[in-house]
Amino acid sequence: MLQSRYKYVFLWPALIALLAVIIFPLIYTVLLSFSGWSVNRIGLNWVGWANYARAIIDPRFWQSMGTLYTMVALCVLFEYVLGFALALLLWKQARAGRFFRVLFIVPMCVTPVIMAVVWRTIFHETLGPMNDVLGWFGIPPVNWLSTTTPAFATVIIIDVWQWTSFIFILMLAGLMSLPHEPFEAAQIDGAGPIRTFIHVIFPLMAPITLGALVIRLIESSKLMDTIYTLTSGGPGSSTETTSYMLYIRGLREFQIGYTASLSILYLIIMLVGLTVFAKAMTRMMRIAPSAH
Amino acid sequence: MIAKVMLLSGAAVAALCVFTPVRAETVDYNAEYGVTDVPGICSYADTDKKDYTGKKITILTHAVPVMGEPVELHSKQFEELTGGKVEVVHAPFGELYQKIMIPFQTGQHIYDIVYGGSYWIGDWAPYLEPVPQKYLDTAEMKDITPAYQGVATWNGQRLQYTFDGDRNYFKYYAPPFQNEENKKKFKEKYGRDLAVPTTWDEYDQVAEFFSGWDWMGDGKTHYGSTEIVARDNVAFSNFITRVASHAKNPNVKGGFWFDLETMTPQVNNPGFVRGLEMWVKALRYMPPGGINFGIAEEIFSWGGGESLMSVTWDDAFVQAQQPDSPIQNKVLVGSPIGPSMGSLEVWNRASKKWDKFEKPSIAPYVTWGWGAGVTKSSKEKEMAFDWFCFFSNYANTNHDEMIGRFGVNPFRTSHMDSNYWMKGAGWSQEVADSFVKMLKGMDTSTNRVFDLRVPGVNQYYTAMMNGVAKAMAGEMKPQAALDEVAAEWKRITEEIGVDVVREAYKNVVRLEDNE
Repeated sequence: MLQSRYKYVFLWPALIALLAVIIFPLIYTVLLSFSGWSVNRIGLNWVGWANYARAIIDPRFWQSMGTLYTMVALCVLFEYVLGFALALLLWKQARAGRFFRVLFIVPMCVTPVIMAVVWRTIFHETLGPMNDVLGWFGIPPVNWLSTTTPAFATVIIIDVWQWTSFIFILMLAGLMSLPHEPFEAAQIDGAGPIRTFIHVIFPLMAPITLGALVIRLIESSKLMDTIYTLTSGGPGSSTETTSYMLYIRGLREFQIGYTASLSILYLIIMLVGLTVFAKAMTRMMRIAPSAH
Repeated sequence: MIAKVMLLSGAAVAALCVFTPVRAETVDYNAEYGVTDVPGICSYADTDKKDYTGKKITILTHAVPVMGEPVELHSKQFEELTGGKVEVVHAPFGELYQKIMIPFQTGQHIYDIVYGGSYWIGDWAPYLEPVPQKYLDTAEMKDITPAYQGVATWNGQRLQYTFDGDRNYFKYYAPPFQNEENKKKFKEKYGRDLAVPTTWDEYDQVAEFFSGWDWMGDGKTHYGSTEIVARDNVAFSNFITRVASHAKNPNVKGGFWFDLETMTPQVNNPGFVRGLEMWVKALRYMPPGGINFGIAEEIFSWGGGESLMSVTWDDAFVQAQQPDSPIQNKVLVGSPIGPSMGSLEVWNRASKKWDKFEKPSIAPYVTWGWGAGVTKSSKEKEMAFDWFCFFSNYANTNHDEMIGRFGVNPFRTSHMDSNYWMKGAGWSQEVADSFVKMLKGMDTSTNRVFDLRVPGVNQYYTAMMNGVAKAMAGEMKPQAALDEVAAEWKRITEEIGVDVVREAYKNVVRLEDNE
């Protein structure tokens, strides 16, 4: 009995620290979201649901959510397809695999802001090499950062360049840990590479796929530093994601209370969205093996 | 014996006093610091007499070089002279506002001196210490032009310590206007003589003509105009410059941004809309990627001869006029009739009609410059004000203004003298005369536009630029975009309080209406 009490005594400081670090900021944000704290109204002055009512009809917020969802969906889709393809390519290449594993980690290790600056130079309409390269193939120059669709594509290209390696590493690790028996069985059944991929590799990799996708969806949805450095949300509002919009509302305009309500709303939408996505994916992956 | 010793000691002390001059009298400040010290309480010599040993102030300023570099430089000198410690914290422009407002609002003392946009004065006012009278009485302060004294004043109190004066004005690379071949081609195309433009219509026509070909003769493609368009940069100033002459009517008093009586936003009136429509079209005459040009890109683009004309700050011009510039003394400022572009039609918000003018009506924009002040929470206010006094003394200002990247621009009456620029910066008579003419034109204009210096100005400006950016990118028509902005401005005004904004805006209207 005494021993068990000691156990709690030692446990409590860590728990309290954890609560203070995780729970307190969240509760404080909720409190802020019900306040009118702004540049000229300081403090937790209660405004009820006013901020949420405004948020619901704020077109800029919903537009930024739409931009974010489209951007994230495309980023993660490309990263998954490319990362998985690369992992399959290097799966059984022992020596090359080691080299490329190290090589592919490099983009992930670079600070996004720095890379955005480098990419901005690469995509620069007159000074950057990208249009020169296109010119070699007879393709006319593209206004990468000054027209809406190319600017949107540029953000995706940078994110895919930086984070495909994350999917690659996870998928490669997953492939290397797969059991041999299903492959032997497929071979005996006369399955070719495509059938083996569809009916053996893909279903076996489903749990890792789900984990990788959810992690990337969470990370991509916070896309802010690249946007900040590369496009400032422009041209127009074409690359304004929710995180960037929250930054502008909160720290440039100093609408602290309102931004807190947008953050909470954003958090709820993300939690619901990710839960629905994870559930749907789990269901799909349960179906996939039975189809086989 | 004792008396002898005392007598000798006394004599020795007296001799020391006579023959050991104080540091202030022996140091050659001009040689040591590379400046020309001018006597006064802010001078190097007088600052040297102050002793702040054991004391420390912290300054938040912009990143190096613009304003960050001169603050760093003069802080080190101040430390050497006074023995005090000056800690300088740098932040990019986009971060300054929050870094200042968070400690202000939460009652923390972090900075003794804060730097930022002078147009934030409405938000800063409750937290800044008024400048004491003894500093207002200095020659340096009295020499500041009335417009910039007004910019630093809030409800009759001088809250910002003036060390910079900014303006947006027309500047151009002159040789192509003299080229006979250009004159001939221009006449053939437009049916009129090629001349330095005086209105926005002419500006856009000249920009169109000079866009997309090598008029410089260096084998590169050049363009008509470089402006600051990048969203969330300082493009709001360029937008204001673009709309001012269409929307600021010299015959209508009582508010450019709002109708002071009704507090109806004017940001979507036909004058603003026309300015925006023309700006959208002008994108065609800007260098590739021009829609993403911030102030740095503008300085290098126009300063490097990529385009013919620009209508922005002094920095690009001062940069182009530095001794190492390939276009030094080939650039001029101001049109033949004023510091900026004018308009033959100006919207009259009272009659709701366009007023026609025989000569172009110009509305120069006294754009925000750097503003700074001593925080009320500072425990070393005297040292902080002495630092400001030293920072903006004649010697330092005269030095800093000659270096484009420092971001210190003319703000004193004594700067409106061609000799000042010819001797100090090596400018030609023609360039110096055109610059001084522009400065004086700005100073004497009675139809100027100032920033919207009210609480929540960042909300107003980001809302405005969100709409403007949509129009510039072709996402919305200018009228629809500015209608959206006006609706948001109405909401912001109601949220802050109509009377609060009106009272604050009266400070701006006083400047606009030259009261």
